[in-house]
Amino acid sequence: MVIANEFDYQRPSTLADVTRMLAEHPGSARILAGGTDLVAWLRDDAIAPDLVVDIKNITGIHDLKVEGSALRIGALVTFSDLIESEVIAAHAPLLAEMAETVASQGIRNRATMVGNICSAVPSCDAGPVLLAYDTTVHLVGPSGARSVDINDWFVGLRKTARTDDEVVTHLTIALRPHGGVYVKLMRYAGEDLAQAAVGIVAYPDDDYRVTFGAVAPTPIRSTRIEDALHGKPLTESAVAEVVAMVRDEISPITDIRASAEYRTRMTEVMLERGLWAASERLAGRGPAYGDRLI
Amino acid sequence: MELNLNINGEHWALDVAPADVLLDVLRDKIGVKSPKIGCERGDCGSCTVLMDGRSVRSCLILAVEADGHDITTVEGISSDGLSELQNLFLVNNSFQCGFCAPGIVLSATELLEHNPNPTRHDVQEAIVGNLCRCTGYEPIIKAVLAAGKGGSE
Repeated sequence: MVIANEFDYQRPSTLADVTRMLAEHPGSARILAGGTDLVAWLRDDAIAPDLVVDIKNITGIHDLKVEGSALRIGALVTFSDLIESEVIAAHAPLLAEMAETVASQGIRNRATMVGNICSAVPSCDAGPVLLAYDTTVHLVGPSGARSVDINDWFVGLRKTARTDDEVVTHLTIALRPHGGVYVKLMRYAGEDLAQAAVGIVAYPDDDYRVTFGAVAPTPIRSTRIEDALHGKPLTESAVAEVVAMVRDEISPITDIRASAEYRTRMTEVMLERGLWAASERLAGRGPAYGDRLI
Repeated sequence: MELNLNINGEHWALDVAPADVLLDVLRDKIGVKSPKIGCERGDCGSCTVLMDGRSVRSCLILAVEADGHDITTVEGISSDGLSELQNLFLVNNSFQCGFCAPGIVLSATELLEHNPNPTRHDVQEAIVGNLCRCTGYEPIIKAVLAAGKGGSE
């Protein structure tokens, strides 16, 4: 089984070259970073680009560092980079907790977090966590740089706010004290996509972000649930109240990997456990990052 | 397109098409047959090779992406005889049909390089993306743990 489609391959060394190439092939060029989605799609004939633009020679988009009061994560940062990074362990261990659930080592060594949200499949693991972190996505296009609030990023099934001639350069996440969780339901460890997933970040003063993966066409955030939790100490009844809201906030499908009802029920369970764990982690206790809640 | 890469310490220059996949180039153009053609979509791990020391799926990498990089396969780690890990696979009967073995040996080699004394959980995590349909994994985990500096479970 070979790749049937013929295409040109370019590995430019500047962002200006990338955006020029993308602009010269409107709609028929694809960006290649880790390739774990792109090459699979090429093999499946799911895409047939004229041009593949490999961005791995671009300097300045590998960074994973604190810059001012924000965490900066370059487009070429892989899931393995996140797991091994001391910066992530110190400032955003939730990203490592999420990254550890992505596929397996051989994929994580190549797959990038930015690529994950550019592929934008409903079950993308980075989606719920980056939504919960109020992330900003930074892009460059022919007319210059712009940034997109992660809340405006996912616009539909496998569709994002990125236009065909733009390339994501990096993400930024404001540094704030927080406790976070990523809870992922899967059939077995390794190589499985989420059947359902919950991302939660608890900020001081009972300020929460609550997000879901694999239960809608895109990763989603529930501001209704966040508002219900806002400004009140977490109690059994407060948790029960928002758990009861889950069914109206998500729209899972039944497919080969799980039924809609199972996804819904497990999302409720994951939200309940996740809220307690996030709030305990904010307080400096609770389960260690990486401990599985289900 | 011209492709220059190091395979098991040997420099190769060859002409490839952009659509050629690294796995196929290794097997068909270079003659390195230990990476196996399994699922061809990154799920089974039988095509695993080390790229600059890290395990990767050669079925999901275009050959041109490997330009300038070092590729290691089991042929490379056993050029001076079997590695300690490979010997422990023999001693522990860690494979039967052998189809998964090159990938698992390389995944475990990467693990031991970064973590010389892995726990059972570390070993399971490292090989979770390498499917074996014969052994039930226990003899594999035993061999990798024995290769760790702990020497045994």
